[in-house]
Amino acid sequence: MKNRNNLSEPFVRIAKRDDMSFGKRVLVRLVAILLSLAVSAVIIFAITKYNPVTVYVTMFQGALGTRTRVWSTLKEMFLLTCIAVGLAPAFKMRFWNIGAEGQVLVGGIVSAGCMIYLTGLPSVALFTIMIISSVLIGAIWGLIPALFKAKWNTNETLFTLMMNYVAIQFTSFVVSKWENPYGSNTVGIINQNTRIGWLPALFKQQYLLDLLMVIGLVIFMYIYLTKSKHGYEIAVVGESENTARYAGINVKKVFIRTMLISGGICGFAGFLAVSGVSHTISTSTAGGRGFTAIIVAWLAKFNTFTMILISLLLAFLDNGATEIASKCKLNDYASDMIIGVILFFILGSEFFINYKLIFREKTAKEGK
Amino acid sequence: MDSIISLIRAAVSFGTVIMFGSIGEIITEKSGNLNLGVPGIMYLGGIASLSGVYVYENATENPSSLVCVVIALLCAFIASALGGLIYAFLTITLRANQNVTGLTLTIFGSGVANFFGGSLNTLAGKFEQIAVPVTSAAFRAVFAPLANLGIVGQLVFSYGFMVYLAVIVAIATHFFLNHTRKGLNLRAVGESPATADAAGINVTKNKYLAICIGAGISGFGGTYYVMDYIKGTWANDGSIETLGWLAVALVIFTTWKSKNAIGGAYLFGILYWMYNYVPGLTRSSMEIFKMLPYVVTLVVLIIVSLKNSKEKQPPASLGQAYFREDR
Repeated sequence: MKNRNNLSEPFVRIAKRDDMSFGKRVLVRLVAILLSLAVSAVIIFAITKYNPVTVYVTMFQGALGTRTRVWSTLKEMFLLTCIAVGLAPAFKMRFWNIGAEGQVLVGGIVSAGCMIYLTGLPSVALFTIMIISSVLIGAIWGLIPALFKAKWNTNETLFTLMMNYVAIQFTSFVVSKWENPYGSNTVGIINQNTRIGWLPALFKQQYLLDLLMVIGLVIFMYIYLTKSKHGYEIAVVGESENTARYAGINVKKVFIRTMLISGGICGFAGFLAVSGVSHTISTSTAGGRGFTAIIVAWLAKFNTFTMILISLLLAFLDNGATEIASKCKLNDYASDMIIGVILFFILGSEFFINYKLIFREKTAKEGK
Repeated sequence: MDSIISLIRAAVSFGTVIMFGSIGEIITEKSGNLNLGVPGIMYLGGIASLSGVYVYENATENPSSLVCVVIALLCAFIASALGGLIYAFLTITLRANQNVTGLTLTIFGSGVANFFGGSLNTLAGKFEQIAVPVTSAAFRAVFAPLANLGIVGQLVFSYGFMVYLAVIVAIATHFFLNHTRKGLNLRAVGESPATADAAGINVTKNKYLAICIGAGISGFGGTYYVMDYIKGTWANDGSIETLGWLAVALVIFTTWKSKNAIGGAYLFGILYWMYNYVPGLTRSSMEIFKMLPYVVTLVVLIIVSLKNSKEKQPPASLGQAYFREDR
């Protein structure tokens, strides 16, 4: 009997909690990041025998050392943030839009196409057409899986994943159509001399306009998700489709509307990547950001302002690790490795925010 | 005729890479976990076998082929299973989101693999292209008497041993999942973990094992790619990642049945390489042709959801975490 009592109470139990204070939540995440940096330091030391502190100083210089580097880090940040903002409404609805990579690419293709074929237009008209068409094509790319999900409950994770590769092949197709110079298999910098279709510099800062537009999107999406009726419907559908139906929400309509917005913003990110940043189109225009942004959006818990912080962290790591790699004559894939380690730790730390461990009381008196 | 033979041969080699990847993922998904880390796991399998063998071949005077093969497979399995273990620990024990954790594993795996693949020589103090000639030869060795049997020999018997291993693993997995008690338990966990739990099946243990073993098998895809497909070297061109996503697509195409992976993988191979054999294609229309495997997968995905037949659905709890306390 005594034995059975012991058996029935496990050594540790797990219980949900939602009472952790803001400060504590920040603390848990900071501890996670510090731990992951320590683990990465051990790995770096084991491989390179460099002093980890020097390595992290190098990293800091690489990401923020000069004005150009700061802007390069900011550039990476706003691209990631823009895509993550696009994903936020879909994820809040528990619609797994893994297809951002493809939605960004089709937006980029259309922008590049406008830059190549519509050189005769006045710039206001050109930009209007570019933005509208890239948002539209991104929205269509997001709409297709949403339609199938709404009508036949087709698995959207796998559907959007496949749409990425259709988009990637389509990009290869247009790259070989538009290649310049012939035979190079790249499009090259479009309108290098005329700069037609390049987003203009603001106060001599090439990326400032892009940055401001993304910040505008961040604010818009925050308000849309937390203050509007649409945002409320998205939240209800995300919590439970049945509840939403019971409350009289047209779930199919919400699916479709939200994916139009989600895909549209990702298409806009494609416009930014082409017209605002690279001025060319290739299969690496999205460069895996569509996938990384998924992680950003999820970790930020759909709070668009937090997305800026997480994107900044990732952009910082990316540029920093590239610098380490070139200083230590290693290749810059080291950054992916370090980012992987850090994300593992952050993902793991969420557990300690959402759950608490209850250990077995040491002496449970009998007869109680 | 020659071109048809060479297309089929290319398709079989190509198919073998993604067959390993998708069999591993089928086992994983049968436990109810959608692991989007397959590309990362295949990367880990590829680089682990390459590094292990590289060290061995450079340390010994006359490396033995058998030892090389054993080291390659063992390293690949251990490294990939460890990758799977990270994913399993985060998603099962720490209850992290499956999609996000899987994608992180892909970033991590491709980072580790390309990092070591690109700097293995620098680290070893050498400057030429990485090569593991003995191992690669062992992986690509064919049984000559059968391989010389004319067309049949060319089509069926002229591959390295892993091509046949993949088919055996596919059939063995099918047998395990459908004709053994343990396989039934695993499928029960994937369909309805709460029911399985109530029936006394250890959900956590089943998920952990399925994910780690599944990851180990997926990793062999990377090994085959590195040792046989690109002949024992390393290329930082991201092709393993593309192949990894195709392996995920193949899981859908097979409607979660590993025996269908054999034909499906070769069909994907034919679809993928077809552009080389269709006359009169320009370089740009070739790119459209390469879309075929993904488009076909999309069509299958749509038909499966449209028909809504019980036999062809994904495991019911796929992608959802199971917490006993959630009631």
